Amino acid sequence: MSMPFDIDQRMEGRIEDVGSFVQNIVNDLIRMVIFTGELTLVVWDAVRHPRRIRRRETLYYMDMCGTDAVPIVVMICILMGIILGFQSAMQLQKYGGDVFIADFVSLVIVKEMGPLMVAMICTGRAGSAFAAEIGTMKVGEELDALRTMGLNPVRFLVLPKLLAMLLVMPLLTVFGDIVGIFGGMIIAVLKLGLPVVVYYNRATAAITPLAFLLGLLKSFVFAFIITVIGCRRGFSAGNDAQGVGRAATSTVVSAIFWIVIADFVLTFFYSMIGE
Amino acid sequence: MEKALPIVEVCNLTIGYGENIVLKDLSFAIDRGGICTILGGSGCGKSTLLKHLIGLYRPFSGDIMIQGRSIVTATPKEKDLMMRGFGVTYQSGALFGSLTLLENVMLPLEEFTAMTRPQRIAAAREKLAMVELDGFDNYYPAELSGGMRKRAGLARALALEPELLFFDEPSAGLDPLTSADLDRLILHLKDKLGATFIIVTHELDSIFAIADRCLILDKRTKGVVADGDPRELREKSANPWVKSFLNRNNLRYCN
Repeated sequence: MSMPFDIDQRMEGRIEDVGSFVQNIVNDLIRMVIFTGELTLVVWDAVRHPRRIRRRETLYYMDMCGTDAVPIVVMICILMGIILGFQSAMQLQKYGGDVFIADFVSLVIVKEMGPLMVAMICTGRAGSAFAAEIGTMKVGEELDALRTMGLNPVRFLVLPKLLAMLLVMPLLTVFGDIVGIFGGMIIAVLKLGLPVVVYYNRATAAITPLAFLLGLLKSFVFAFIITVIGCRRGFSAGNDAQGVGRAATSTVVSAIFWIVIADFVLTFFYSMIGE
Repeated sequence: MEKALPIVEVCNLTIGYGENIVLKDLSFAIDRGGICTILGGSGCGKSTLLKHLIGLYRPFSGDIMIQGRSIVTATPKEKDLMMRGFGVTYQSGALFGSLTLLENVMLPLEEFTAMTRPQRIAAAREKLAMVELDGFDNYYPAELSGGMRKRAGLARALALEPELLFFDEPSAGLDPLTSADLDRLILHLKDKLGATFIIVTHELDSIFAIADRCLILDKRTKGVVADGDPRELREKSANPWVKSFLNRNNLRYCN
């Protein structure tokens, strides 16, 4: 039995919308996998011939993504420590467990919030900048110029960014962890009246080397996700100013989405090994 | 004596985007030496053809031979090698904004030659001097005018001393004097280097001043409608559209 014309058409339109939405996601994933494969080959080539790595560009991106991000990382992470400190202090006070604030804040910061907050900051700063930079190069025919010079744009443009991010994001995370734990200490001392030495001793006892390393592993994974998504979006940006803007926006949205998914998967695996 | 192999040979080439065919069944050969221009009305596929010739896009069908080797069927590695054999200058110069002019010109030398750093610097400075940009070594592309950027792009394209040079709209966006200077430079380089120049343009003054040969594309027929000396075609072409195109539809300033 055929449906009335307008309902029939509306249904068809919706099915088409859903279909094209799913198709876009699948195509995007396929392109991302191909790009990751290409990047893996370039990384392998760099491992075999380290002299071919463009050191000056790598240092430039280390400075841009690392040094320049320190003030914002410090501010966000110390505030995160203070917020966690406040929230946990209010709950722990009810049960007389004031001293556990150090365990709670330091573990949450090292295992979860430190890597995650640094990843969010780097997505906004570096990921979108990578997409905009490569997108603008595409508009200015610089990518075509690279290809016709026989240079691989992935090696030339993506590798220095990836190396820089893999080096600086764990460092920023360590930095963020330290100031975050310090933020928690401010609350422990001022609100709960806990001695600094007690907070320090409990925090260092709570953070096991494995917990610390697993937190750093997260930041490596996040660095990879941000770089791959930012650069890939840049390469596929439209050939106009709006296209570059869309690429930058889409990088932030996609990178945050995949970072949260990766965080979930990693946390799940960590819980299986008891961390 | 055996005839020299054409430097570029296009055989039954059909190109386009998506489902849309822009040019079809195109065949022509360009011999070594001289300046050949590819021209035609807006949207006729000049730049698209150029991007296929330099191996950036894959054609629907047909073949493109550069110096006797197919760029269409070449493996990515072979293509990279072939691309090092020719230079390309782009409309905007396409210089890398994060590198100075000297570094831009040194880049291909750094990547593909065994030169020492002092040798690379000397070679890059020589190329910059060729395009009259000596003294601008440490300038960034953003600090230069449009004409200077195009000349710097040309210096970079010359870095590996290719036998074949492609230009995409070299005069676009330049004032008449700068454009004439660039034409003079191209003529000078042709005499000095003996290279082959393939130029995509629709600047008639420039074409009549420098081109030895022109291929005129037409979007209605999706093919080459005229091929020959531009000055002769302007006077004697049997095709009224070609004659009208080369004479600016008889609308030229005269005293």
